[in-house]
Amino acid sequence: MTAEPTEERVTHWDRIILPDIRNFHTIDVYLANGGYKALKKALEMKPEDVTDQVKKSNLRGRGGACFPTGLKWTFMPKQTTKPKYLCVNGDESEPGTFKDREIFERNPHLLIEGIVIACYAMGITTAYLYIRGEYGKWVRMVEKALMDAYTNGFVGQNICGSGFSTNIYVHKGAGAYICGEESALMNSLEGQRGYPRVKPPFPAQNGVWGCPTTINNVETLANVPVIIDKGWEWYSKVGAAKHPGPILVGVSGHVNRPGVYEMPTGEPLLEIIYRYAGGIPGDKAIKAVIPGGSSTMILRGDQLEGIRMDAESLKAAGSSVGTAGMIVMDEDTDLIKVITRISKFYYHESCGQCTPCREGTGWLWKILKRFETGQARKTDVDLLMEIANNIEGNTICALGDAAAWPVQSMIRRFRDEFEKRVVAEVETAVA
Amino acid sequence: MFTEENLKKVEELKKRYPTTQALTLPVLWLAQEQFGYVSEETMKYVANLLHVPFGHILGVVSFYTMFHREPCGRHHLEVCTNVSCMLRGSDQIVNHLEKKLGIKMGETTKDKRWTLSEVECMGSCGSAPMFAVGEEYYENLSIDKVDQILTELK
Repeated sequence: MTAEPTEERVTHWDRIILPDIRNFHTIDVYLANGGYKALKKALEMKPEDVTDQVKKSNLRGRGGACFPTGLKWTFMPKQTTKPKYLCVNGDESEPGTFKDREIFERNPHLLIEGIVIACYAMGITTAYLYIRGEYGKWVRMVEKALMDAYTNGFVGQNICGSGFSTNIYVHKGAGAYICGEESALMNSLEGQRGYPRVKPPFPAQNGVWGCPTTINNVETLANVPVIIDKGWEWYSKVGAAKHPGPILVGVSGHVNRPGVYEMPTGEPLLEIIYRYAGGIPGDKAIKAVIPGGSSTMILRGDQLEGIRMDAESLKAAGSSVGTAGMIVMDEDTDLIKVITRISKFYYHESCGQCTPCREGTGWLWKILKRFETGQARKTDVDLLMEIANNIEGNTICALGDAAAWPVQSMIRRFRDEFEKRVVAEVETAVA
Repeated sequence: MFTEENLKKVEELKKRYPTTQALTLPVLWLAQEQFGYVSEETMKYVANLLHVPFGHILGVVSFYTMFHREPCGRHHLEVCTNVSCMLRGSDQIVNHLEKKLGIKMGETTKDKRWTLSEVECMGSCGSAPMFAVGEEYYENLSIDKVDQILTELK
């Protein structure tokens, strides 16, 4: 594939996705700092060469699945009589995730530039940027940036005089986590309920309005101009060899400096917690960490040594990188309360199509509430596990898995927490 | 029912999508902005406007949590209680708001000034706890800060 682990890596890091430059969100400052240079460069290349660069860079999707972006682009048919579409996933609703919001606010032009480059590479003339409804304020920020990009000829007709034209439209969601699932997003864009679709057919064959469609995450596309500007060789040397590039890590919960931090992939989790986020208030110990948004498997605080923020390392540790939204919990955290709240979320957000998810998420929440209020039976721990196991893998989309994983991992890694909350067995006196 | 301006916006929106059904969400947003909530009458109007069945509009409105089928108070406080906010004290914020406004989550005060709702993660985890009022986010809340915001909003 690309870089070998032994190869020289990029060690020094200057922020690229969220640079520390005043008013970078305005087009003037963006242009003054080399903005839209990558777009001009891409427009001089052949579209397939642009895709090739992205493929070789080994950029992997930042929305949670870590799928190779360049490879996804090659799935789009070259010869087709139908229009092709790009859907940009800015629905970001996974608890613990707040990174795309930073891009909308602080670097919207990088995203717009990435979208236009992606459209050029795949021969797409219409892109929809789907932003969650709650981000109304950020929708307006992006629309302002988009207007400036149109006025300056970076979007619309005959972009930079290249003859290539593409439109970008912002589409506002209305408060449904499930619309972050790519096929639900397409249904939502079509004006329907956000019900995920059965795959196959895959979006590249039969996507929005039955046309070839690619869906990419906001942060993923913000990486594209960087690859074109600096070249795939450089990009593939940043961070973890098999999951390279900069990554936006959101740190929340019990840390001194919560926030979004840009860093190369592969940073040790402990480094992120202590160096970037300033450690734990009151110097308390870490009880647990959810590494990549609420659906990723919880890790024990005493087993974080050596785990890094990249797909391979977190997979080996029995979790996943997800959206890199880290939730840190100190030693005094009531983990039963945490998992009950997470389960309530998935129950609320289940779209209701598949029985295991629709019913199972509600059962998980109900039983967890028994633990929270001290009414659980000893057998309830295994019952929870059984329900979670019966949801996982048995639904159309990954929301079922996302509901099951936190429960499964919490029981596996913190079984004692559950057992502590079981009501003392009452010996029924037989008179 | 729609203002001239909104009707013009609908025509503009039609150019963006290959079907009129795709206008369902954007037009419902326009409706909610104009009327404050989406009544049955409004849904019928939108159905006619977009040439889609009323049942389709009802299905969409009831699926998405941000469309309100009842009018809210003048200020709609939406408090996030999901994990990251919970870890940073959203429970105290909720208790304080309920006590101060004299209503429970999901209720509106008699004078129709305040509506209080619990919401799922708003993407404000790094500045938790938080609540939103309309499009405005109020972040890094403390009890004092909440009191100050409530006074300013009155």
